[in-house]
Amino acid sequence: MFGVLNKNFLTGLLIVVFLALAPLVLTTHWIIILTEIIIMSLYAMSFNLLFGYTGLLSFGQAGFFGAGAYFSALTLAHFTSSFWVCVAVGVIGTALLAFVIGWFCVRLDEIYFAILTLGFGMMLFTLAHNWRSVTGGSDGLTILTLPVLTFSSYRLELFNPKIFYWLSLITVSLGIVVLRQVVNSPFGLLLTATRENSQRVSFVGQNVRTVRLVAFTIAGALAGMAGVLFGLFNRIASPEMLHWSFSGKAVLMTILGGSGVFLGPAVGTSIFFVLEHFITSYTTNWMIFLGAILIALVLLFPMGVLGTAASFISKQRGVMKHE
Amino acid sequence: MEGFLINVLNGLSWGMLLFMISMGLTTVFGVMGVLNFAHGSLFMLGAYMSMQLVRWVSSFWVGLIFAPLFVALLAIALERFLLRPVYGRDVSFQLLLTFGIMLFLDDGVRLVWGPAHHVVNPPDILAGVFPIFGQTYPVYRLFLIAIGPALGLGLWAFFSYSRWGKIIRAAAMDREMAEIVGVRAPILFTSVFGFGAWLAALGGALAAPHQSVGPAIGEHIIIESFIVVVIGGMGSFPGAFVGALILGLLASFGATMAPDFQMALPYILLAIILLTRPRGIFGEES
Repeated sequence: MFGVLNKNFLTGLLIVVFLALAPLVLTTHWIIILTEIIIMSLYAMSFNLLFGYTGLLSFGQAGFFGAGAYFSALTLAHFTSSFWVCVAVGVIGTALLAFVIGWFCVRLDEIYFAILTLGFGMMLFTLAHNWRSVTGGSDGLTILTLPVLTFSSYRLELFNPKIFYWLSLITVSLGIVVLRQVVNSPFGLLLTATRENSQRVSFVGQNVRTVRLVAFTIAGALAGMAGVLFGLFNRIASPEMLHWSFSGKAVLMTILGGSGVFLGPAVGTSIFFVLEHFITSYTTNWMIFLGAILIALVLLFPMGVLGTAASFISKQRGVMKHE
Repeated sequence: MEGFLINVLNGLSWGMLLFMISMGLTTVFGVMGVLNFAHGSLFMLGAYMSMQLVRWVSSFWVGLIFAPLFVALLAIALERFLLRPVYGRDVSFQLLLTFGIMLFLDDGVRLVWGPAHHVVNPPDILAGVFPIFGQTYPVYRLFLIAIGPALGLGLWAFFSYSRWGKIIRAAAMDREMAEIVGVRAPILFTSVFGFGAWLAALGGALAAPHQSVGPAIGEHIIIESFIVVVIGGMGSFPGAFVGALILGLLASFGATMAPDFQMALPYILLAIILLTRPRGIFGEES
């Protein structure tokens, strides 16, 4: 048991160290792409806490992601320029929002849950789109001054892509550690149990709604955290970040990597952006490729890239043990 | 008062288009249990194909008849080769597959016809305006208001009296039982999916002169028809009718009475209905 934990811990540490060193050899162009991948990975992984672990297909995850971006943009515009206050406001704000919306949504499941989350997400979209005086309407809220980070006398400038990259890496790693703790805790097992058979969970005396609501709130808060970073990264909070097609992106990236593996959504996000990068350099019709890829994945590799690879490796190991 | 009546007419004509699209969506869901994300794209494809046919042969009626047939054929191929392998799988994967088809078709349309909006003129007999309540009103919209209930009645008769209609209803009610008494489910599923696509494309061909034809119309209408189907009760025909009327009227009255709020109204209605009657207005509580 401890061996497995340590191995996972070491793998995680190795990935983070590797990613932390990456900007030293990459061009600025690729650093920026990698920053986006890291931020969007947290977004996809937050979605997968609901989809992969709890069995709830949310089509409104972008609502919380976008809300995080708006919260931080508003904080920056009206209150403070501290980065950590920005993140805290974004996370706490979206957690509260997710708690309220989740309180309604967890009453339903399957397709009805998907449609209801889509509806609430689109309510947030229309709010951002139409409440011109606060949200800037369809233009969005431009972030004019990036927050500053001060460590005693040392000032870090977020305009520097490398600094922003490292900061995103630290923040996202924190978010992923939280996710890992949740998934591995007894509560995480409870989540998987509600996915497998929610009736039995209630038979053993657990309140399924409460369990789902807690998962929904955590997922929302982490999506908000990713949204804060994404807003700062693009220097704008715009209504498109809340639209249902943006929620669809989280679904896509998760399926691409594999919803059954912890890091699956992150792998899916990486593949998604690298593919997008290459395909859009040849043609503007990236969505037609994306659609074809999604169809092929659902038909041929429903476990996703990482999921298929993981099950292949464990099968090989099984074969080796038998020999 | 005139404004009120014009709002009612606008709401009805939009509601009737929504009804046609929702009918197909709800039939497919009722029989096959698949919520088809690509339904809006089939609607859009119907609009584009009829627009193309109108350009080639300059007859609205040719477009109206043949465009839905083409789309239905395409849908039959989609069902046969893509959807059929995933019937036994989790509902999420069916949703994702149709989501993929939607992305493919939406961008495919953009690839073929470009991002611009196209205008289709109504046929001469339906062009122009009609004097009504001391104002004038486009004849084409009145035509839509008339054709909606006519189509609804025709479908109702089809489902109530024809052999095929009865088989579809039986399969929607209890698929296993229908198979036991000899209904061939694979053929039934293919035809129902094709039929649903035909209805969507018919709606698209009829919508073409009502609004401009652009690449975003499918994406826009699919969410609205989801809401119609969910608030009416999935798989319910009267539900689709009532839901479509409510949404149509909400759109027209919302636009004049609460313009800032109008976009959010369908979603608020959706949330209220789902939270008070989770299976929709006409849905049976499980």
